[in-house]
Amino acid sequence: MEMISDGLLLLGGFVAFSGALGVLRMPDFYSRLHPAGTADTLAQLLVIGGLVLRHLDSTGDSLLVVGKLIAISVLLMVTTPTATHAISRAAHLSGLAPWTRRSTDLEEQEESP
Amino acid sequence: MNAELLAALLVLGGALLAGIRSVLGPTFYDRVLAVNVFGTKAVMLLAIIGFIGDRSGFLDIAILYGLINFIATVALLRFVESGRYSS
Repeated sequence: MEMISDGLLLLGGFVAFSGALGVLRMPDFYSRLHPAGTADTLAQLLVIGGLVLRHLDSTGDSLLVVGKLIAISVLLMVTTPTATHAISRAAHLSGLAPWTRRSTDLEEQEESP
Repeated sequence: MNAELLAALLVLGGALLAGIRSVLGPTFYDRVLAVNVFGTKAVMLLAIIGFIGDRSGFLDIAILYGLINFIATVALLRFVESGRYSS
């Protein structure tokens, strides 16, 4: 049980870090949505699952903390995709154009002469 | 090294990267997305810190932070779309 919760915590930390790295390094707003929306949802599920297992392992009977952790997990699982969808919808309605290879080529051609 | 501490450091590093994107971000929507990611990371970090220090009160703060994060994102987007907060 201890090893499983350790593995879940470390995997969740790794997924959270790599999702943030994707948000920093992706070339375009619409491609940044993907690590922001999916990696965070998975990372909080793994981290909070690890914490629940660790708490059940150490004390055993205090179910209030487990209930709070599950409430946090359900809350984040509902609100994170909803917020990502709202941001992408607002950007699309405001006319933000997606990044393509062709549009950057055109920009370079316009800038070069 | 303790696994909780290592996971907390990884989540903190991810929050730092999201903070860098929120400062750099070329458009407004990049910044809102990065702040939203930062808030999710902060909720995870609060839960882990509550377990490291053995204080269950941090979980209440984490729930509150998650709710405020969602409301703040939706309110910012509404304000930018229509120019005012209430419909």
